[in-house]
Amino acid sequence: MALTAIEIYKYLPKTNCKDCGFPTCLAFAMKLAQKGAELSACKHVSEEAKSALEAASRPPIRLVTIGKDGRKVEVGNEVAMFRHEKTFYHQPGLLLRVKDSAAPDKVAQEMAAVASYKVERVGMQLSWNGLAIQNDGGDKAAFLAAVKLAQAHPELALVLMSDDPDTMAAALGDPAVAGRLPLIYAATEANWQKMAALAKQHKCPLAVRAGGLDALATLTEQVAAAGIEDIVVDPGARDFGDSLNALTQIRRLALKKSFRPLGYPVITFPGEKASSQEEEVLLATQHIARYAGVIVLDHFSPAMAYPLLTERLNIYTDPQKPLQMQAGVYPFGKPDPASPLLVTTNFSLTYFSVSSEIESSGFPTWLMVVDTEGQSVLTSWASGKFDAEKISKAAKNFKVEEKIGHRSLVIPGAVAVLRGELEGEFPEWKIMVGPREAVGIGPFLKQNWAR
Amino acid sequence: MPKVEAPVEKWRGRVQEVRLGGDGRKQVTVGGESTLPFLHFDGEIPHRPVIAAEVLDMPPADWAENVVSAWGDALKSPAAWAKKAAQLGADLIFLRLASAHPEQGNTSGAQAAKTVSQVMEATDLPLIVVGPDVAEKDNEVIVAVAEAARGQRLALGTVTDKNYRTIVATAMAGGHAVVAQAPMDMNLSKQLNILCCDVGLPKDSLVMDPTTGALGYGMEYALSVFERLRLAALQGDAMTAMPILCHAGYESWRQKEAKAVEGVPVSWGDQKVRSLLWEQMTALTLLQSGAEIMVLRHPRSMDVVRGVIDRLMARQGPVS
Ligand code: B12
Ligand code: SF4
Repeated sequence: MALTAIEIYKYLPKTNCKDCGFPTCLAFAMKLAQKGAELSACKHVSEEAKSALEAASRPPIRLVTIGKDGRKVEVGNEVAMFRHEKTFYHQPGLLLRVKDSAAPDKVAQEMAAVASYKVERVGMQLSWNGLAIQNDGGDKAAFLAAVKLAQAHPELALVLMSDDPDTMAAALGDPAVAGRLPLIYAATEANWQKMAALAKQHKCPLAVRAGGLDALATLTEQVAAAGIEDIVVDPGARDFGDSLNALTQIRRLALKKSFRPLGYPVITFPGEKASSQEEEVLLATQHIARYAGVIVLDHFSPAMAYPLLTERLNIYTDPQKPLQMQAGVYPFGKPDPASPLLVTTNFSLTYFSVSSEIESSGFPTWLMVVDTEGQSVLTSWASGKFDAEKISKAAKNFKVEEKIGHRSLVIPGAVAVLRGELEGEFPEWKIMVGPREAVGIGPFLKQNWAR
Repeated sequence: MPKVEAPVEKWRGRVQEVRLGGDGRKQVTVGGESTLPFLHFDGEIPHRPVIAAEVLDMPPADWAENVVSAWGDALKSPAAWAKKAAQLGADLIFLRLASAHPEQGNTSGAQAAKTVSQVMEATDLPLIVVGPDVAEKDNEVIVAVAEAARGQRLALGTVTDKNYRTIVATAMAGGHAVVAQAPMDMNLSKQLNILCCDVGLPKDSLVMDPTTGALGYGMEYALSVFERLRLAALQGDAMTAMPILCHAGYESWRQKEAKAVEGVPVSWGDQKVRSLLWEQMTALTLLQSGAEIMVLRHPRSMDVVRGVIDRLMARQGPVS
């Protein structure tokens, strides 16, 4: 939580010695509050005041990193209850749980499926973050074997799940495993001293699990007192209702009450109480929208991964700034002056819906992208940002008439009404109304440009 | 003393209750909450969100094969379709008079009245009836429907800022409610509510349709509009407090992600699974943002979403 100048001032020496380069301690405090100065510029603050200030200016939800590079999960440090208030910044990690009791070749296959999965959306490559490996039957050797299988995929974030500190210690004994900075799951009332010692020794983040918020807060305080800062919490809630309840309260306590013992990202397991795979995915959906930091699912398939990754992208976009493209004329497949010319808006989603259809049609094509401040076709049309004047200005700006030999322009079917206006703006042009949906673009080009 | 004092929000406002159906038909009441969706610890949720099955008055032309086969022959008649929806557990029927569209058959008001009477014969569920979204035709068919269903308390639509007087007056005369649609903007929804109430529509006869975007196609905007409307309502603004209707079915199923079986990346996975998730995830996300009436298309989605609502409505003990 950001501190005010007055709150900061209380901790300063109040001698106005000017060593920090500011005329008074208060002036320095004001600069600090605006983040325009560093506390270290004052050599006279006591150690005590320094740590108090640092503690008070810590983010209300700690930023925790699981994993090193590749698909590491960085979660926490959120500042809003609702995305319209600010933005949700740190996308929750999506992981698949594999159990060490399953057949090793099946486990290896699942791991490979997660590792190799990639999907493109609005020009971004999306992928699954990693794996959670559960020590299911309590057999140490089986756990070590499963963890070893995961070493084939060093780019994935890892969660190691065993309540037995000896088993955990054995897995982390391999420097290649510990070096990946896996999340250790979990410290409980029964084992927390040993788990905390392991987390400290290997500098790994530590999950803390307890039933209910009281027990959880007690435990995180103990673990924090043992010197562990990177904590992820599990309140034990597993169903739709109780997890909505628990995750909302944890978020509120952290943001509104600055309640430190629960100011950590939350880990969830949507598959445990689900009665179908759809329910598992829907609970994961709830967890994405409602405050989870690490989501460990029990199933993985492309047909569920793609919608979940899309959900995560939606919830975590900046509500103020739509993703947008640079305006201009884009060539597809080496077009020549005789190739068709289409026009669209610069909202990323619109652009990629259209460009992927042009690409898969295989037709060499020009696509003119008009700056509509990142709005879709109908949104920008309705708000006056995609009209005949804007389109003709863009065409002039991009010197379209020099690139293109013919004089016909294809407009989106959704704005067929623009045709008349455009014919006014471009007297010598032929305005063609394209299909309403981008999927129709391939057949449309084929029909009108086949030679 | 418990260590964690669970923070509770006490709101001043409450969502407006709206009752549909009655007079021999089943009744459904939506609204009435004094808390954000499913947060039982903050306030009361007297009525659960409901599921409306989307039914057309003509066989759908461009629906995905897996929805068409799930309904089967029922799609051939709106009465059979509505009856099947009732058997499958729908709380409401959302009937779209698509055939009245000038390009889809341009059927008349008399035909619309007949269709609605047949649907009312076939099921005793409450009905939401909307026209083809062409202003003059909407007026024509909705006036006829309101008359034919006098006393049955339908919700009629779609009311917009350009087209509210006739439908609102008709609804008032026939004891019906209306669905009022504004384009993705909380202030526009509020303004439209005010317009409707200014001409005399009682506040308990108004359902808002703030416009839905599907997953990947504007869902996050819809989510924020729903949430902001709901927060304003709970803070005491009665003109944003109407229950929210959401078109998760219609919006999801027109996206390529739901429809496309071939010619899409392998990483999109099996269309049968993906398409249902697209609809269900859109629905769940927007139910949790404030929707009270969820209009769905696929029978399986109705089932799954109802199951999740059950679980969200089961009162949870305090966590701490
Ligand atoms: C999300 C959304 C918003 C977001 C903006 C999102 C954005 N970045 O653009 C917000 C909330 C900001 C918004 C605001 C408004 N919106 Co709005 N919005 C929507 C919504 C839900 C989805 C739009 C979307 O993202 N579509 C997805 C993209 C990919 O679609 P697309 O750009 O059309 O592209 C498709 C096709 O057109 C085609 N295509 C695209 N380019 C080309 C090119 C060629 C050549 C061809 C052939 C095809 C083609 O391919 C794509 C895929 O098929 C729609 C309703 C709905 N459910 O669709 C309303 C909608 C577009 N909005 C509408 C309105 C009126 C507005 C506002 C003007 C309301 C207001 N007065 O405040 C404002 C305008 C903003 C402003 N004040 O400046 C209306 C437009 C009504 C109309 N028919 O004219 C709609 C249709 C809602 C409605 N039913 O009334 N909106
Ligand atoms: S250096 Fe420290 S004590 Fe001196 S004026 Fe600056 S803030 Fe005050």
